[in-house]
Amino acid sequence: MSLISKLKGLLGIGAKPANEEPKPAKSGQVGASEQEVEKVAEENAKPRIGYIHLSGCTGDIMSLSENYDILAELLTNMVDIVYGQTLADVWEMPEMDLALVEGSVCLQDEHSLHELMEVREKAAMVCAYGSCSATGCFTRYSRGGQQARPDHESFVPIADLIKVDCAIPGCPPSPEIIAKTVVALINGDMDYLQPMIDLAGMTEGCGCDLQKYVVNQALCIGCGTCAMACQTRAVSMTNGRPEVNGDRCVKCGICYVQCPRSWFPEEQIKKDLGL
Amino acid sequence: MVLGTYKEIVSARATDKQIQKVSQDGGIVTGLLAFALEEKIIEGAVVAGPTDEFWKPEPMVAMSADEIIAAAGTKYTFSPNVMMLKKAVRQYGIEKLGTVAIPCQTMGIRKMQSYPFGVRFLADKIKLLIGIYCMENFPYASLETFISEKMGISMELVEKMDIGKGKFWVYTQDEVLSIPLKETHGYEQSGCNVCLDYVAELGDVSTGSVGSPDGWSTVITRTDGGDSIFKQAVEAGAFETKDIANVKPGLDLLQKLSAQKKEKNQKTIDKRKEMGLPVPF
Ligand SMILES: Cc1cc2nc3c(=O)[nH]c(=O)nc-3n(C[C@H](O)[C@H](O)[C@H](O)COP(=O)(O)OP(=O)(O)OC[C@H]3O[C@@H](n4cnc5c(N)ncnc54)[C@H](O)[C@@H]3O)c2cc1C
Ligand code: SF4
Ligand code: SF4
Ligand code: SF4
Repeated sequence: MSLISKLKGLLGIGAKPANEEPKPAKSGQVGASEQEVEKVAEENAKPRIGYIHLSGCTGDIMSLSENYDILAELLTNMVDIVYGQTLADVWEMPEMDLALVEGSVCLQDEHSLHELMEVREKAAMVCAYGSCSATGCFTRYSRGGQQARPDHESFVPIADLIKVDCAIPGCPPSPEIIAKTVVALINGDMDYLQPMIDLAGMTEGCGCDLQKYVVNQALCIGCGTCAMACQTRAVSMTNGRPEVNGDRCVKCGICYVQCPRSWFPEEQIKKDLGL
Repeated sequence: MVLGTYKEIVSARATDKQIQKVSQDGGIVTGLLAFALEEKIIEGAVVAGPTDEFWKPEPMVAMSADEIIAAAGTKYTFSPNVMMLKKAVRQYGIEKLGTVAIPCQTMGIRKMQSYPFGVRFLADKIKLLIGIYCMENFPYASLETFISEKMGISMELVEKMDIGKGKFWVYTQDEVLSIPLKETHGYEQSGCNVCLDYVAELGDVSTGSVGSPDGWSTVITRTDGGDSIFKQAVEAGAFETKDIANVKPGLDLLQKLSAQKKEKNQKTIDKRKEMGLPVPF
């Protein structure tokens, strides 16, 4: 079965793939190791991956490339990078199994809008990659008036305009989450990918999520995970509760995504720990 | 399983007299972190360190056995230890990190390890996660109510606090005071009422007082890493152990309390669902 139909099957778009059981992760393993990547590469077809750069800062793809130890293997044996300004010398957008879209979309920029629509047509699976693409992140603060395009003022997460299949938020996403996602994707490990699929619906992020959805809901336990996770150090802990400095917050959504009281992947954690 | 997945359960205490003197129970947390530091299994540990305010802890990065010992003892209020993990790695340059965490904190840490969305290069640096049992936790103002108002003594006179045998205990230099746990109900943080983990089911090693006699701890080894570090420490003489089958009150009580917590809090979860309130589990 081709990977494209496998992915569609996994996403419930077409028929489920027969006899392709998701492989359980090795016990006690937290990161995607080199051996794991090699093993996966040997056993599976290579997905065709494209990288689409909208209103982003290239930080997301920099983060992807920080998987130094597995990157050569990843690029040569695991995936085919078939499209992407900084990655491949290709002008026509080809068919893709997975398109990683970095950056939000500027509603006043015709080219971006066109590119986004084209991605949706050409890719089996569209991933909002990085918080700008997923939640708008700091482009939420854009309001135009700058040279040379004072009219460029409205930026939205890509899911406002097209159907998005999964999201990997982060400003930028960590190198590890990318490696783990690619390995899961190639393995067809849908259990691992489920949170990413659920997060495709989260198109707004803000430090105030902690107050609204955790503290206000009588769920906060003062663990400090949000303060640890915030990539701009906007969250501090006061009397065991998160306190968000709104002036530092870039609306990436990571604090709420990492909070153990927003969602909790118990099965996956036990599998990863060998428990 | 009411106690989570585990490899072994024993009753144990640290052999070091200095640790015995300051630790809450058997000194397992302090003893094991100090051992791991000495053996270079970790380079530092995040613990609940003391502050200027009596019984109000702050997470602290301990780089020496002395600093780990200075943080011994249970503080029944928030110490957001998870917050300090990133700082320990980025600002202290620690590559191999240990930490102590109550069950909900282990959840934040383990979730981050399985799904490090925005958290780069931290997941694999946590080499030892010691979980401690937890029935509930209290805002600092609740402690003040118990101690200053209900017991009528000043916080600064308190040398130790403990929960056990149905009471909240306070030890001063020359007095032992207590209030029935009934009087603490309603003062716990409400986030605890949906918590389904009593014995830190996601720790590498978990420990607590229930099940073992005073001065001893009940130790549960869970992951391969945790099991091997604890065994190494026992072999090196850092801990003495007893078969849990031979100590009183033993596993029965631990299982009973864990089951009670799960049952009671599951009811709260169900009730919340009925009301349309969100729950993470
Ligand atoms: C809020 C709370 C509730 C508890 N409830 C129970 C219970 O119901 N039943 C039970 O058997 N045990 C319970 N414990 C655990 C018990 O009180 C001891 O902490 C445990 O037995 C470890 O003892 P020890 O002698 O090995 O640790 P020690 O060597 O004394 O070291 C204790 C370690 O815990 C850390 N610590 C102290 N306070 C906190 C805190 N608030 N948050 C995070 N880390 C902290 C310290 O920094 C230190 O490193 C609870 C602990 C806490 C913090
Ligand atoms: S991460 Fe912890 S401290 Fe932060 S909001 Fe969630 S429960 Fe509260
Ligand atoms: S508080 Fe920090 S983590 Fe949360 S949305 Fe704002 S910048 Fe992101
Ligand atoms: S009862 Fe649960 S939520 Fe409350 S402090 Fe203890 S471990 Fe955390």
